[in-house]
Amino acid sequence: MRDFLMGHYAYAASLGLVVVGLYAILVKRNLVKKLIGLNILQAAIILIWVAAASRPDATVPVLEGSGHGVEHAIDAADYLNPLPHTLMLTAIVVGVATTGVAFALLISIYRRYGTLDETELLNEMREAGG
Amino acid sequence: MTDQLPLLIPVVLLTAALAAPLVGLLRHHWTYRLALVAVALDAGVAIWGLVEVVRNGEIRYELGGWAPPIGIEYVLDPLSAFFAAVIACVALIVMIGARRMVEVELPEKEVPYFAAVLLLLAGFQGIVVTGDLFNLYVFLEITALAGYALVAVGERPSPVAAFRYLLLGATGASFYLLGLWFVYNLTGSLNMADVAAILPAVWDNPALAIGLSLMVVGMGVKMALWPLHGWLPDAYTQAPSATSALIAPIGTKVGAYALIRILFFVFGAGLVRDRLPVADIVLWLSAIGIVYGSIMAIAQRELKRMLAYSSVAQVAYIGLGIGLANPAGLVGAVLHVVNHAFMKAALFMVAGNMRARLGHSDISRMDAEVRRRMPWTMAAFTVGALSMIGIPPTAGFFSKWYLASGSIDEGLWIMVVVILASSLLNAVYFFRVLERAYLRPPPEGGEPAPAGRTEARPVMLAPTLIFAVGIVLLGIFNAGIVTTVIDLIRPGGL
Repeated sequence: MRDFLMGHYAYAASLGLVVVGLYAILVKRNLVKKLIGLNILQAAIILIWVAAASRPDATVPVLEGSGHGVEHAIDAADYLNPLPHTLMLTAIVVGVATTGVAFALLISIYRRYGTLDETELLNEMREAGG
Repeated sequence: MTDQLPLLIPVVLLTAALAAPLVGLLRHHWTYRLALVAVALDAGVAIWGLVEVVRNGEIRYELGGWAPPIGIEYVLDPLSAFFAAVIACVALIVMIGARRMVEVELPEKEVPYFAAVLLLLAGFQGIVVTGDLFNLYVFLEITALAGYALVAVGERPSPVAAFRYLLLGATGASFYLLGLWFVYNLTGSLNMADVAAILPAVWDNPALAIGLSLMVVGMGVKMALWPLHGWLPDAYTQAPSATSALIAPIGTKVGAYALIRILFFVFGAGLVRDRLPVADIVLWLSAIGIVYGSIMAIAQRELKRMLAYSSVAQVAYIGLGIGLANPAGLVGAVLHVVNHAFMKAALFMVAGNMRARLGHSDISRMDAEVRRRMPWTMAAFTVGALSMIGIPPTAGFFSKWYLASGSIDEGLWIMVVVILASSLLNAVYFFRVLERAYLRPPPEGGEPAPAGRTEARPVMLAPTLIFAVGIVLLGIFNAGIVTTVIDLIRPGGL
């Protein structure tokens, strides 16, 4: 049991963050807090991806000395898996862009209704509609 | 040259999307012209691609010369070529009228609007042609970001609708990404064909079921499958008419495409139908969605909102065909994609024309004056409505026919009942509009309407009528479409 936890605590913690993020998106009434929840969710998933790429006693996948006529025996077990890192760089960029668009929407909502509270917003919209 | 077709389909639009704001700096009105030319070019490339694929089989393009599974590849097979052609053609027809709608509803915002439209379409085409699961995620988000912006410039409450759409859409995409993590760690690959080849070895691993469910939920949000449709009605109603006419016909269909691609071409029918009840879950959720969407549509008083709820039901028809997971069901689903794209585009264009001419599209304020003032628009609406109900020879009848026969093949008579019941419900909410527009006399003592016809401008009427004629043509020539293209779409195990 202890060994399992030592090997998997990063996943447990990240899944905890997924739950925190989903909770904020679903339950919080303030739209900014919902957005923060979305960011936590995205960050947690990025952490899960990166955590799976790590290996004990492994190093960054940069081949030193190559191109100078030095032959190395390359053992994949000595290196981290670089692909999840590059994928997650893209995912981070996507997340930043989404957050940016979301803030632009929030600013526009606040200018029109003067509030970012979901309950108040619904009331305002109902009055305007009815 | 034909080697590059899979790449050209999204790249033409992507390049134009980047150039559009710069061109707009020089001359304001050049942006729209650039967008129109780019979409027309893309439609040409996509149709060319479809013809090539039908004649000579699928085309694969390796990006940067890196062979898959290490590199990313773009694939044009019968499924993706068909979707790419439908998306490009529908977008082109809508674009003809889009400028006038944007002028009316969003003066001075032409340049950023059409730049975002190009980005949206580039994302759609990217989702369709990509052969890489992570690349699919990136294109999903490109489309989504452009879509949020296009929705948010509509009526006063539209940023709220766009924000809700963003929360749900980004959460769905995150679910997809988390599901992909499971698949990547089980297979070590992201290339769709490669993953499909490796997966049977790990079918028994319970982690695969978790990954698959997360990915299906993510796609369910994108295609607005009940009960994940919450973002759709507000977004479609409050968006500008040009956005509704663009996103409603093709936006959710791209989600349906991704679902078909992932379920049948990556995971395979052997897993999602025979070992895990994924297809059955999609089937029953769709059945509920069909009834729910149709009933909610009856309760709406505003035309665009009614059409939005009807979209929830119509997308569920596609889900029903996917959930049946048999040949007739898949044919019905794919055929309904193109049929519904034409129907919804026609109907949302009608709503746009009404808003431009009457200043509203409230069903409760319609009477025979509408028909007298806009006879051609109402004729297009009638064709669209008949097709939604499913009256031959309009297109809607035939996709429902395939779906019903697919249900009978599975012995699922309850699904036939659902399809018939929803056709009746469709009749209720469309005849309600038709009755008002054709038969109800204008109220006495009301302010007199302007005399003579005030039909929509030709530039907006033309795309509406093209879609209406298209509905009938699609219906008449449906057998040809099915035998030449859709029958070629045969995932393994189906």
